[in-house]
Amino acid sequence: MTVLDTARRARDRRLQAGAQYAQGKRVARENATALLEAVIQSGDRVCLEGDNQKQADLLAVSLAAMDSNKVHDLHMVQSGVVLPEHLDVFERGIARRLDYAYSGPQSTRIAHLLFGGKIELGAVHTYLELFARYYIDLTPQVALIAAVSADRHGNLYTGPNTEDTPAIAEATVFKDGVVIAQVNEIVDTVPRVDIPGDWVNFVIESGTPFYVEPLFTRDPAAISETQILTAMLAIKGIYAPYGVARLNHGIGFNTAAIELLLPTYGERLGLKGKVASHWALNPHPTLIPAIESGWVKQIHSFGSEVGMEPYIRARSDVYFTGPDGSLRSNRAFCQVAGLYACDMFIGSTLQIDLQGNSSTVTADRVAGFGGAPNMGSDARGRRHPSKPWLQAGKEADPGGPAPLRRGRKLVVQIGETFGDRNAPMFVEHLDALKLAEKLDLDLAPVMLYGDDVTHIVTEEGIANLLLCRDADEREHAVRGVAGFTEIGRGRHAGMVQRLRTRGAIRRPEDLGIDPLDADRRLLSARSIRDLVRWSGNLYEPPSRFRNW
Amino acid sequence: MEHLNYHHVAPSRAKGSKRQAIVGVVASGDLEVLVERTLPDTECEVNIRTAVEGFGDVWKAVVADFVERRSPGGLKLSVNDGGARPDMVALRLSQAARAVADQS
Repeated sequence: MTVLDTARRARDRRLQAGAQYAQGKRVARENATALLEAVIQSGDRVCLEGDNQKQADLLAVSLAAMDSNKVHDLHMVQSGVVLPEHLDVFERGIARRLDYAYSGPQSTRIAHLLFGGKIELGAVHTYLELFARYYIDLTPQVALIAAVSADRHGNLYTGPNTEDTPAIAEATVFKDGVVIAQVNEIVDTVPRVDIPGDWVNFVIESGTPFYVEPLFTRDPAAISETQILTAMLAIKGIYAPYGVARLNHGIGFNTAAIELLLPTYGERLGLKGKVASHWALNPHPTLIPAIESGWVKQIHSFGSEVGMEPYIRARSDVYFTGPDGSLRSNRAFCQVAGLYACDMFIGSTLQIDLQGNSSTVTADRVAGFGGAPNMGSDARGRRHPSKPWLQAGKEADPGGPAPLRRGRKLVVQIGETFGDRNAPMFVEHLDALKLAEKLDLDLAPVMLYGDDVTHIVTEEGIANLLLCRDADEREHAVRGVAGFTEIGRGRHAGMVQRLRTRGAIRRPEDLGIDPLDADRRLLSARSIRDLVRWSGNLYEPPSRFRNW
Repeated sequence: MEHLNYHHVAPSRAKGSKRQAIVGVVASGDLEVLVERTLPDTECEVNIRTAVEGFGDVWKAVVADFVERRSPGGLKLSVNDGGARPDMVALRLSQAARAVADQS
């Protein structure tokens, strides 16, 4: 007879092996590595909670301290490769294979290890896609997660940074895996239960708060006039005509400028209440002036942001909060919201090619994409109509029969034509292609595919790719906003002029915008201190953003 | 330090009567433009001092576009570049032309 409960019995053996280090569920910090060596077996799939922001840092250090003679060939599945220890496990021969979504700070080192053959790469995913695979073919045997506090039953309180924890824990515990949590402290009663205690097998009190990266704080003082110009173009040329009420913003300075222009420039255009009211968005400090001015109805968040907690608590009409009053974030649900319930994604990138494909991978940095490919793609399963979605669909297919015509999500790339160190944003061939060749990947790590991108905004104007009817028109719409880059200088003037007549390219003057009006005085807040003032002193910026 | 120099024929005289103006600052990623109304009405000269080398083609294109759009006849512009990107350069040149167009 076929035995079909081997995994359950294996889990029981793992739990038994770990129990020698535990009192109840509680394991002392100094026994963390011994516990991991007892529970984890060579070849296991291990999900180490490295989110976009929250990091299970104690467990990462403990994992990297394991003896590779005892445990090796692990397959790491995790959202973010963020801490040095996330890569130390590969360098020390503890882990071999990696499936992930994002690697900001470690993007140079991860490239190095990939080229050196120390990491066997599965794929670079978008968050939602990686979570999906936790339930199909990348289910972890062991999950190492992080929370703010636990009670003695193992009930976990994640605080505002719930992020990926529910998705990871559910996939692991209901498929006979083991869940180990690090918590800042063990308490009698948790403020609210984010993860039920019977999902959690072991709890380690770390004694220090887990590491959180303030990824979404953009200092208004660093916003340039060109970025303000791109923001004016986006508001007047896209938000207004499509009437975009439900949206997601990326984390760059251009979108921060848009947030800060809503109460000034947006107000002047009479857009309040008509656009930018419902959001899938982390608690961006730069949205505070728009919230305080009554623009924003509600925001669901992937994660939290350092220093925003007291403000969020006091603005529960806007944010999702628990019975304890603090933010409840959830990356999986917010990604779903961004995919199905938002009409627009607008964000920055590093490279765009002539077809509109976009990537943040460069020759020596493998940054991953996080949520962008999901936010920045058309949801083919969407069935509910909305004005912007229908209008975009009509522009793409004006001759199609309206009741059968798919709408389109607005997917907007925004940026200056040249980036850091004068690197052009527009390129003939993406560096992602070179990387794919070098690593022999079947698929180049493209962040947004050109056929999903609907608009490109630069200081030179807006390219509307929905209005382009063939590859040649598309190429010239891209060239037409590519400024003084080689791609921009390679344009055919007559072709660009024809596209402009049709509105497939719109210059600032076509929209009644004088570039010389792009002035920092348009920003509703010009410094972090202004944001604190707008928040009624509730926002508590991290010290690195304070200069007073 | 690279020195670049461009001479153009401008279609018409720059608006206004102000003799000189300065816009921008010499800071990282920014630039300072001194504009002086010292040339004959159909000439324009742009002198650039930049620490970033190898972008001559881009500068040339930015300056040509500026002359075409703003018609800065009679103006001599001296640029002190702190590594500004072309979008910022184009904006500052236009601001300089507007600054001398303002009535003093």
